[in-house]
Amino acid sequence: MVKTFKTGGVHPAGNKISAGKAIEELPLPKTVNIPVAQHIGAPAAPVVAKGDKVKTGQVIARSSGFVSANIHSSASGTVVKIENIYDSSGYPKTGIVIAVEGDEWLETIDRSTALKADFDLDSKAITDKIMEAGIVGLGGATFPTHVKLMPPPGMKAEVLIINGVECEPYLTADHRLMLEKGAEIVVGARLLMKALNVEKAVIGVENNKPDAIKNLQEIIKDDNRISVMPLHVKYPQGGEKQLIKAVTGREVPSGALPIAVGAVVSNVGTVFAVYEAVQKNKPLFERVVTVTGKSLSNPSNFKVRIGTAIGELIEAAGGLPEDTGKIISGGPMMGKAVATTEVAVTKGTSGILIMKEDESHRRPMENCIRCARCVSVCPMGLEPFFLMTVSEKQLWDKAEENRIMDCIECGSCSFTCPANRPLLDYIRLGKSKVGALIRSRKK
Amino acid sequence: MSLTIIYTIVTLCAIGTFAAVILYFVAQKFKVYEDPRIDKVESALPGANCGGCGHAGCRAFAEDCVKKNDLAGLFCPVGGNDCMARVAGILGLEVVAQAPKVAVVRCNGTCEHRPRVNKFDGASSCAIASSLYSGESGCQYGCLGMGDCVEACKFDAIHINPETGLPEVDDEKCVACGACVSACPKNLIELRKKAPKDRKIYVSCRNTDKGGIARKACTVACIGCGKCQKECNFDAITIASNLAFIDADKCKLCRKCVAVCPTGAILEFNFPPRKIKSEEPADIAGKVTSKPAAPENKTNSSEN
Repeated sequence: MVKTFKTGGVHPAGNKISAGKAIEELPLPKTVNIPVAQHIGAPAAPVVAKGDKVKTGQVIARSSGFVSANIHSSASGTVVKIENIYDSSGYPKTGIVIAVEGDEWLETIDRSTALKADFDLDSKAITDKIMEAGIVGLGGATFPTHVKLMPPPGMKAEVLIINGVECEPYLTADHRLMLEKGAEIVVGARLLMKALNVEKAVIGVENNKPDAIKNLQEIIKDDNRISVMPLHVKYPQGGEKQLIKAVTGREVPSGALPIAVGAVVSNVGTVFAVYEAVQKNKPLFERVVTVTGKSLSNPSNFKVRIGTAIGELIEAAGGLPEDTGKIISGGPMMGKAVATTEVAVTKGTSGILIMKEDESHRRPMENCIRCARCVSVCPMGLEPFFLMTVSEKQLWDKAEENRIMDCIECGSCSFTCPANRPLLDYIRLGKSKVGALIRSRKK
Repeated sequence: MSLTIIYTIVTLCAIGTFAAVILYFVAQKFKVYEDPRIDKVESALPGANCGGCGHAGCRAFAEDCVKKNDLAGLFCPVGGNDCMARVAGILGLEVVAQAPKVAVVRCNGTCEHRPRVNKFDGASSCAIASSLYSGESGCQYGCLGMGDCVEACKFDAIHINPETGLPEVDDEKCVACGACVSACPKNLIELRKKAPKDRKIYVSCRNTDKGGIARKACTVACIGCGKCQKECNFDAITIASNLAFIDADKCKLCRKCVAVCPTGAILEFNFPPRKIKSEEPADIAGKVTSKPAAPENKTNSSEN
């Protein structure tokens, strides 16, 4: 039987319209705007100054804490300014603007495309290389990968789970990577297994990607430590906790990290970046981004340098259609609408989705009829309608009691609500308030 | 027959008396002493339970007044000085009169002044919108106009003007409880000391960006040029991170700053029309009256 997670879940239309498009390399932009906070945790501290010449792959901002990551230049050129640039939220964040003058890579980076499968490094050396390369979770959460590889004392990883689920509708970046870079991903998985000192790895792939499953199975057929597990299609299977449940049958306790049940989860994009970082010395300064949408003339998968304005990606995919209502950074379920096309691609940008005007409006909100559909689809077993009510009434202690912090913001509740209630909007608000309360209590 | 009735009455009376005796002793044993002054103080308070004093309600405020036996730091903004004098009378304490305050909204970014660059489609709440992104206009400091302040106000004193899309405070009804101040995620609302005849002069902007950026986002933004600061004879104006602030305690309401402000970010309310006609005021007065606040202002603009 094909496995999946048990609690909740929804089945949005797949719309994987760019699945057949091979990954193309996008030409270098004229300038790159690289924010110093592209990951969860402390923003990196800039180590270059205005006027400095930088090379592709050079560190331009250093990690400033345990949970933080290095930022590298994604092109060679001159640092024009280091000041506030606008991110997808419209609020200014510190960023490094580089005028691109060419593409001169650091000499240490191996630019050959040949597969380099053997390695002779110990766990520590691999982790250090990953840390130096500034690798973060490329599935969208952008949690620094090296932190995952250093489990807290007393905890031991037992299984490495590679997340090739890509349950978000429309997005196909991971799908293409598994098809085109399958061998590299498997080497990356071996590197991570070595770093974590585990003997078992499972690549979880939803069975709407049979070609990717077949490709990976072909590659790993001689390696009995790694297996590919086809999964039943259900959103949000790509959620870390859902995937662990689907693959191992274990449930991560409320408030705990996956390591508590002996699992470490990494996205296929991250694993590919790990391969490049360790075997080719290439830091994370480019990623695969799906540019898609029903109205777009040429939906594609691009390999893009970090810091490229999303407007250039849209141009390359056929230009912004006239009836565009919304541009979303990420997928339709968890992505965020952006205010301008000047927003730069960051490490966490998995896709750019163009929504038509008529698709992009919310339907008018009606009263809650207590149908409990949101309860039945919540993958974390929460009661979204209740959490929305307590957030609306600002009863933060009640919200905390009802495990609002367990919400993974997958949006299944808002997606399924027949009364079109903005459940997730309010739950997100509640989460930020309760989170602030918890932090203030710890101080 | 009659005997049955008598027995019944006697038995019931006996049970009643017995229960009463038990209740009396239990009541004595578990008696909770409550200062009778708490009730008196509570009855002297307005009973709005607005939380403007920083307590959970009027009862909690009354308890605190009695318990502390000192009124320093305790003030009921709704009842004002009269109410506090009554409370002081009940408790036999001294109270220092406080200057009454009123809420002002420090944003004048109407659709005309601050063009909208996108459209928000989510839940209609400023708190949610501000946690998602910077807002519909290019100014990340400006009013979102979804009325969290209106929702928070228990005195019906703040309303969104449908023409400007901005909240306006009704000076008559505002009790300066501060509910709107904490409800505004952009920190736009400030409690300012009330001046005679409800006159007000304040910088209606919170934009701390550099002048050019601020001006691009909103034509009436404070650009931090410092002209008002130079003009002020009373050291009432300070400029911090490209934003001017007028200290209501020092301001003598001379209106010189209003006249020199190049963007019209400083607003004046409830003033009589200017006597000496200068070259600039026409423009500024026009901007002032875009907020229909007081009849005096209207005469002001018609004169200019």
